[in-house]
Amino acid sequence: MAMKGAIVVDRERCKGCGVCIVNCPAKVIGLTKEVNSKGYPMSYMANPEECTGCTNCATVCPDSVITVYRVKV
Amino acid sequence: MAEKLLMKGNEAVAIAAIRCGCDGYFGYPITPQSEVMETLMEEKPWETTGMVVLQAESEVASINMLYGGASCGKKVMTSSSSPGISLMCEGFSYMAGAELPCLVVNVVRGGPGLGSIQASQADYFQATKGGGHGDYQLIVLAPNSVQEMYDFVDLGFELAFKYRNPALILTDGVIGQMMEKVELRPEKKRWTDEEVIKLHGDWATTGKTKDRPQHAITSLALESAVLERFNLRLIEKYKKLNEQEVRFEKTNCDDADYIIIAYGAASRVCEKAVELARSEGIKVGLLRPITLYPFPTKEIQNMAKQLKAILTVEMSAGQMVQDVRLAINGALPVEFFGRLGGIIPTPEEVVAALKKMVK
Amino acid sequence: MDVKDIIKPENKVYGKCPVLTERVLHYCPGCSHGTIHKLLAEVIQEMGIQDKTIAISPVGCAVFAYNYIDIDWQQAPHGRAAALATGAKRICPDKYVFTYQGDGDLSAIGTAETIHACNRGENIVIILVNNAIYGMTGGQMSPLTLEGQVTSTTPYGRDIALNGYPLKITNLIAQLDGTCYVTRQSVQNAAAVRKTKKAIRKAFENSAQKKGTSFIEVVSSCNSGWKLSPVDANKWMEDNMFPFYELGDLKDK
Repeated sequence: MAMKGAIVVDRERCKGCGVCIVNCPAKVIGLTKEVNSKGYPMSYMANPEECTGCTNCATVCPDSVITVYRVKV
Repeated sequence: MAEKLLMKGNEAVAIAAIRCGCDGYFGYPITPQSEVMETLMEEKPWETTGMVVLQAESEVASINMLYGGASCGKKVMTSSSSPGISLMCEGFSYMAGAELPCLVVNVVRGGPGLGSIQASQADYFQATKGGGHGDYQLIVLAPNSVQEMYDFVDLGFELAFKYRNPALILTDGVIGQMMEKVELRPEKKRWTDEEVIKLHGDWATTGKTKDRPQHAITSLALESAVLERFNLRLIEKYKKLNEQEVRFEKTNCDDADYIIIAYGAASRVCEKAVELARSEGIKVGLLRPITLYPFPTKEIQNMAKQLKAILTVEMSAGQMVQDVRLAINGALPVEFFGRLGGIIPTPEEVVAALKKMVK
Repeated sequence: MDVKDIIKPENKVYGKCPVLTERVLHYCPGCSHGTIHKLLAEVIQEMGIQDKTIAISPVGCAVFAYNYIDIDWQQAPHGRAAALATGAKRICPDKYVFTYQGDGDLSAIGTAETIHACNRGENIVIILVNNAIYGMTGGQMSPLTLEGQVTSTTPYGRDIALNGYPLKITNLIAQLDGTCYVTRQSVQNAAAVRKTKKAIRKAFENSAQKKGTSFIEVVSSCNSGWKLSPVDANKWMEDNMFPFYELGDLKDK
């Protein structure tokens, strides 16, 4: 059974450190070109269709800004 | 009749701690106060009242163990002597800054440095003017008998909790080592956890429950405006202490032309000196500050109106005399007599100094 | 399947721990502190001990840890956390007490307090965040700075002749009979984070079982202090820190 996932990033709290990006096995996450009110670029799902909801990104996120959702398909 | 026991000043501190509901003692050996921890270890209060007694690795650790216990809203204390108290000064500053109650006993010995193990009063400045960094004060009590060594443990805790501020018993090797009769006061039970929450649940780290916000005990305030507000609040607290908690004792002062001001062991010598001087016709009294902070400034000012001169006697190079002079502000001659190095002045020496002043 | 159909409360598998506060962490982007804070919060949440935990924060970047983990905190003078923890735990033996300290705080100014608390076997948990540098004060050398490592007080690299050797404080702690569990972990990837969380859980359980002191070193990065990007800092840590500070349990009894 395959898993399909998605993440929601708390954009105001994200500091754009990129640790989630290198920890995503499916290369789902990218950094936005625009910045938040603190001046940081933000993580977002650049390739949402690849997300399996493995939670690695949220697990390594130092700022707890990622919420992960997952469904079986 | 209340039970009376013959004991050393240091032993009295230990017995009083157990009997007044102290939760924990953390200390490090140093002469001339080691009997405090030795007595506690012998009494094993952990088997009776549940009081914790722990020998720490240093005075730095002791005072920080107090920080940890006091933050939980518990009655914690330590004792040491001058060099050890120097090491604790960091902790005093942090605890005053975090508004934590605790009791510290300094059985003062001669300094500076390792100095001697004989009695001294040379830590007055350290006790009343800081020692540690920042604008803070300790509540400073100065017993002059073994009974007061006993009584001031409870009083020290009472004031420390009332004002959420560290309290210090500033005593010396004479009072710590000498033996006198002590009347034991009725026992007080240690606070239960429920009582701690009821009494100190608005600030102590008793565990964050759903019905209250977290408690963070800290002395950190990075924003200048926040720190200034806090400093002003401390000043208010110290003002209240000065208004409400000044304690002193007057002997033979009513008709006095002169007074001697002395505290602790020196005041015991001066009691005799007053007696001798009176027998020679000198109208002299004794003012004994019991709280060194807050200092009986107003009382000294009131008394000054009837006086011709004041003699301050200390076992130091002259420390408290500065506070007397500040109080008097030039209105009267304020003379000083002191012995140093752990030497206790004799009553005759004090009378001689008094006569010199009277001339 | 559309993303909108996935993002529904019933499909949530991971999110911010409720024992973390709403405040934005003041740490630099990518700092390991945030991850370690999160793990502590998660363990406290999962064990249901929020009302039984007293934490001691250090002097250093984590001085403000109380702003982020929603439990009762005591903020210690520099290096003295283990003494505070001793006082709190001895007086309140039914509480879970842990210290959270950096390498400067714990292994330089706080060496005596740390070693003696561990040697007495205080039933506490000590978390050492080792990023081989004083972060808060601007990246100075700590005892745990590596040989040759450039810091603001070793601008030409740590010179052994001048500064002595990097201190494997955790190995030293493992020698003490009072410790029951001594481990070195990290948080740079998901697997490491999960292992560190297990270690923290075990440490808290040890203290409930009165087994003695549990000591967890988390080898961490300080990208600002190291003058690297967060991702490069983690790489530098793997390449330089791990060979010297080997990961794994040093003691588990």
